[in-house]
Amino acid sequence: MKIHMTSVFVDDQAKAEQFYTEILGFVKKHDVPVGEQDRWLTVVSPDEPDGTELLLEPAGHPAARTYRDTLVQDGIPLAQFAVDDVQAEYERLRGLGVRFTQEPLEMGDVTTAVFDDTCGNLIQIATEPQ
Amino acid sequence: MADDLFKALADPTRRTILDELTERSGQTLFEICSRLSMKHQLGISRQGVSQHLAVLEAAGLVETRREGRYKFHDLNTAPLRQITERWPVPHPSGPEDSTP
Repeated sequence: MKIHMTSVFVDDQAKAEQFYTEILGFVKKHDVPVGEQDRWLTVVSPDEPDGTELLLEPAGHPAARTYRDTLVQDGIPLAQFAVDDVQAEYERLRGLGVRFTQEPLEMGDVTTAVFDDTCGNLIQIATEPQ
Repeated sequence: MADDLFKALADPTRRTILDELTERSGQTLFEICSRLSMKHQLGISRQGVSQHLAVLEAAGLVETRREGRYKFHDLNTAPLRQITERWPVPHPSGPEDSTP
């Protein structure tokens, strides 16, 4: 078994596409219309075009709102991405206007930071353990 | 009020939370939980941490602030002044410093 795809609910797929590609730097992999307005929209890391896809899924279900709002209030991230240097990525993203709810925090050999993806979720970035 | 303060300070986990908020004020519940588990190897549930924060908040040592969709916890050391007002600490330039 492999983890081929994972997903986050997003308020607005067009906005999510822009944030995840232009700001975070992912690359769009699939974009297929589903139903009247929804899209099957996935992105991948440019470093791993055949790696795990992230599905930017419309947060239309009423339960999704309660679920995400409660987690965001407590600062809990819904996804985690690996970066080489959390501090450098923090500065780059902040320069692009990204809002962090947790500035870089060194805990032993792991450094993490948490930001708002502007689509209703908090995302954690972490250094990969060496 | 004083009882709330001393009760809040009596617990080592709550003192650790205050230490971590001293390092950086304005933390989400997630950050506080991360610090306790990763830096201090304290295996406390999120509910447990919330309860500790409620005790600290009742003592006025922690204040919560809503900012948009997020909730942050700030440190407020002002209530600690009650301790030195009640039991004054000798001034550093007191008799100890005077050479015989």
